[in-house]
Amino acid sequence: MSLIDTPNIDDPDDFLAELLAAHRGLTEAQSHALNAQLLLILANHVGDPAVLRAALALARQR
Amino acid sequence: MAHAYAPFPYVAPPGLNAPEPRHKVVIIGAGPVGLVLALDLARRGTPSVLLEAGDAVATGSRAMGWSRRSLEIFDRLGIADKVLEKGVPWSVGRVCHGDDEIFSFDLAEDPGDRMPPFLNLQQYHVEHFLTDRALADPLIDLRFRNRVTGIDPDADGVQVTIRTPDGSYMLAADYAIACDGARSTVRAMLDLDFEGELFEERFLIADVEMEGDLPSERWFWFEPGFHDGQSALLHRQADNIYRIDLQLGPHADPKDESRPERVIPRIEQVIGPDFDLDWVSVYSFQCRRLGEFVHGRVIFAGDSAHLIPPFGARGANGGLQDADNLGWKLAAVLDGRAPPSLIDSYNRERVQAADENIRQSSRATRFMGPANGVERLFRDQILALARKAPFARDWVNSGRLSTPCIYATTGPDDPRLPAISRPGAVAPDAPQGAGWLLAALGRDAMLLAINCDAPAVADLPVLPVEVNPAVVARYLGRAGRALYLVRPDQVIAARWVEADARQIAKALAALWEGRA
Ligand SMILES: Cc1cc2nc3c(=O)[nH]c(=O)nc-3n(C[C@H](O)[C@H](O)[C@H](O)COP(=O)(O)OP(=O)(O)OC[C@H]3O[C@@H](n4cnc5c(N)ncnc54)[C@H](O)[C@@H]3O)c2cc1C
Repeated sequence: MSLIDTPNIDDPDDFLAELLAAHRGLTEAQSHALNAQLLLILANHVGDPAVLRAALALARQR
Repeated sequence: MAHAYAPFPYVAPPGLNAPEPRHKVVIIGAGPVGLVLALDLARRGTPSVLLEAGDAVATGSRAMGWSRRSLEIFDRLGIADKVLEKGVPWSVGRVCHGDDEIFSFDLAEDPGDRMPPFLNLQQYHVEHFLTDRALADPLIDLRFRNRVTGIDPDADGVQVTIRTPDGSYMLAADYAIACDGARSTVRAMLDLDFEGELFEERFLIADVEMEGDLPSERWFWFEPGFHDGQSALLHRQADNIYRIDLQLGPHADPKDESRPERVIPRIEQVIGPDFDLDWVSVYSFQCRRLGEFVHGRVIFAGDSAHLIPPFGARGANGGLQDADNLGWKLAAVLDGRAPPSLIDSYNRERVQAADENIRQSSRATRFMGPANGVERLFRDQILALARKAPFARDWVNSGRLSTPCIYATTGPDDPRLPAISRPGAVAPDAPQGAGWLLAALGRDAMLLAINCDAPAVADLPVLPVEVNPAVVARYLGRAGRALYLVRPDQVIAARWVEADARQIAKALAALWEGRA
């Protein structure tokens, strides 16, 4: 499997709304914590080190 | 009972009166590594002079966690029964965050192994067993209160200057092995320096005696209420002595922190008020190694070669594996059975092992003392996740316990055979007849024949291996038969499902030449 960087979620607007809702009422520190947990949970779900590495590279790309 | 440190006797060495005949091997330092090396050489018929500046075993428990591999090494040196009888084996570890247990793990014993995965025993007990053994061995000339003050290597030997209570003398030897610990004087005299990351961490460590009967488990706390923001570790040792490690951070003042008025209240919060403080020390550690472990005729082993943070018990256990790796090579070169290049393979393999130990231990040290910012964020969120999601428990790093390094090698292999016994790995144990496979391996290279006849190869004894479930799991995998070439240190050099005498002879030649 390689990293999917083309559309893969049916309704991105919905997900973004859910993501922001999950952050509602959190302090900045709590938001950082939530993001970190989310990242760890999703990284574990993905599992494949090549995909994770590609995701890291994409995120760092300017 | 607190340990009584009776001195070993000093005997004036012959070299004070007349020059001694040239020795084969001089080992400098009778800590665990020097002692194990001298005993291993003696088993192989190689005599050594073992010079020790002090005259007593280590003070305090120091390295107290012994890995399965170390226990297997002790077995070959004849002290495993004593260590097993006295020590505290454990397999359950509990990890806490704040004051809650977040998960536990069990290194579960496997019926395929004779030795438990880990055993706790104060370093001084282990040194006592090893020293008694060395004193009884006619091939080991163990000299207490003999401090090396000078070393002068040349192309084919070493001159060593030694100070004793009766004055100084000199010895000449083919090889000098520096096992003189973290503050190695040999390293300083040869002007060698450590390479690597220089970060320092400090732990307060204490041995406390108490009557209670806490279970034989490893307890680790991240940020417990009793020790704000830091880590703590509790182990049970022999003689009702418990070992407590409290992280101090790099900026703590060691003198101030080890005052009993400061130490005792902290420990009371962990185990209650009924204990006696037996020993306390502030242990500062780093993560560094020598660039090379072999410098011509001077070879470094143990803490003189590498400093490794204690998480995962990789320091002393790694040092014993240095000695295990070096012993047979040195003996074979001195006997003329192998070319000197075999010693270079010690450098290659143990540098690889030290790097792995350093990598593992520095990651654990980081996890315990994360830098502020994103490092701490992820550390804290892994701990938070570990309470609710099983996957995150694997990410919690309270020290990855010492396992033998799998040496990089191009020795013949077959993908049908199981990964655990691939070339470069230590041969896994298994029941063999009424005993054990590792115990049946001799001190020479050997060919294990499993479910087949072995082709005859000169100078290579064959051990027919009993086929049982452990052997199937660890040695056969998907194959119905196999041949394993095992080095004198029980490391697998090569393996085949089928091989002829020529292929095996070729691998045997590579083994004695120390080829990767
Ligand atoms: C306070 C403390 C706590 C520790 N806790 C842990 C732990 O929890 N876990 C862990 O894995 N490790 C721990 N260690 C490290 C562990 O003790 C060492 O890894 C281990 O002792 C290394 O064995 P060694 O034989 O290489 O060196 P050492 O045990 O240091 O032995 C070196 C020997 O050489 C002798 N010597 C030195 N210079 C000379 C000389 N010039 N001439 C002759 N002899 C000389 C010394 O007297 C000594 O006996 C601790 C160490 C200390 C100091």
